[in-house]
Amino acid sequence: MTEDSRLGGVGLTLAYERRVVARDLSVAVPDRSFTVVIGPNACGKSTLLRALARTLRPTAGTVLLDGRDIHSLRSREVARTLGLLPQSSVAPEGITVADLVARGRYPHQGLLRQWSTQDEQVVTASMAATGVGELAHRPVDELSGGQRQRVWIAMALAQQTSLLLLDEPTTYLDVAHQIEVLDLCARLHEEQGRTLVAVLHDLHHAARYATHLIAMRDGRVVAQGDPREVVTAALVEEVFGLPCRIVEDPETGTPLVVPRARRGRQSGPVAAG
Amino acid sequence: MAVLSIAVGAKQLTLVEVWHGLTSPTSPEHAVVQQMRLPRTLLGLLAGAALGVAGALMQALTRNPLADPGLLGINAGASAAVATSTALLGVATVRGWIWFALLGAVVVTVAVHAVGGGRQATPQRLALAGAALNAVLYSYVSAVMLLDAAALDRLRFWTVGSLVNADFTTVATVAPFILAGLLVGLAGARPLNALALGDDAARALGARPTLIRAGTVTAVTLLCGAATAACGPIVFVGLLVPHLVRALTGPDLRWLLPYAAVLAPVLLLGADVLGRVLGRPGELQVGLVTAVLGGPLFLRLVARR
Repeated sequence: MTEDSRLGGVGLTLAYERRVVARDLSVAVPDRSFTVVIGPNACGKSTLLRALARTLRPTAGTVLLDGRDIHSLRSREVARTLGLLPQSSVAPEGITVADLVARGRYPHQGLLRQWSTQDEQVVTASMAATGVGELAHRPVDELSGGQRQRVWIAMALAQQTSLLLLDEPTTYLDVAHQIEVLDLCARLHEEQGRTLVAVLHDLHHAARYATHLIAMRDGRVVAQGDPREVVTAALVEEVFGLPCRIVEDPETGTPLVVPRARRGRQSGPVAAG
Repeated sequence: MAVLSIAVGAKQLTLVEVWHGLTSPTSPEHAVVQQMRLPRTLLGLLAGAALGVAGALMQALTRNPLADPGLLGINAGASAAVATSTALLGVATVRGWIWFALLGAVVVTVAVHAVGGGRQATPQRLALAGAALNAVLYSYVSAVMLLDAAALDRLRFWTVGSLVNADFTTVATVAPFILAGLLVGLAGARPLNALALGDDAARALGARPTLIRAGTVTAVTLLCGAATAACGPIVFVGLLVPHLVRALTGPDLRWLLPYAAVLAPVLLLGADVLGRVLGRPGELQVGLVTAVLGGPLFLRLVARR
């Protein structure tokens, strides 16, 4: 691990039961980066994120948080440093936005340390940062997908961790809400100086928002670094098996992946049949 | 304050109940109240709190609003063990029954979990496994009763759920188990709140799902085993009360559990009193009353969702 990394894994073997997803995997998340992990389905990117978040114990190797084995640390201690927005979260029926966000304070409370004004302030600030302040007293069940995802992010923010991991935060959202969530992540990264690690499906989004990109295939890291250098036609072909051209995103100047058209489609639509 | 007012409500119900019990002159009246009504009321309070909190814990644990120690077969397990001990070993006191009830509750909890898919258990699979075991175990209890006249005699009221066996020995026997179960259960409120968000989310918050599950199951087993040993299987209290309470408190278990612990005894004692009023000159068992009242109420809740 490099010196300016607080979170990473060394020689990780990751497996569910007996199915090995990754072997001898090493990654380092640069401090204060917005790191995005990409790769085809089942390449192990979410598994890697879960291992980094301590929700999956590696079969071999070590996940290091601030230089220490993450499994040697106490759950609560980790939860004050590192937050996770999992893919599958359940909002209890009838819970209000403010109550759900307040549950992010869990690692800061205890039997003897109950709800405080500081907790209250953090919850309010988290809701304001994600733009859900006006929804505070609404039941989460009634919100749109995009609003709900912002509420979950607010809950993770209320945990007040300098590192925040997000597992496919844009899945199931329509394109406008995807951009809304990613813009929010970028703001949290730039304005609050948090280190973000997100698993994303969309290469274009990854190239646009990431400051550091990790490309995975079959449980291996194929390439990592600045997306402007990493995202090439050869890499996309290697990682996703997708022939493509790379052009410049007219908005941001970041690489934009344009898949090659199927032969015969270039000059116009092919007759049905 | 709300807690206090409900507690006072419970007291008033017991006063009504005491008043109904008074049919003879002063001194025998005193005996009736002291020897029968008072322990009966105490047992109602304990068993009610146990069933209400156990139901709320089960619903939180399985993330299934239909979960209930009754539906998941835990009460049935305790009942089957008690029936077996009565028929085969001639056990006839609550002091003996409670160990069998706890054992039965544990065995069924483990069995439902195993049949329901072990680690991959989903709320739906657990409910199905529980329902199946429930049916099997109650048929077994009925079979034991029908084949063994002596057991039938001893357990006739008990099988439908009744406070009629109450005396101070019963109360003293089950009270430690129920109080322990309540303590463990209430201590689990905050961790269960975290677990309600999903296993990964709970871990990310620093909670430990396996530990939380183990603690909650222990609490439920203590509560259901003790309540069943003393009163038999009383249905619907554990299922219904958390729903009623949730309408007041929302899903936060730090409020829901204490409210359930207070409201459930009110409901149970209310049903018991009603059973005595309706069943005069005898009485209607409280388990029958809760079933008759709880069924339609629950259907209404389901229809409203």
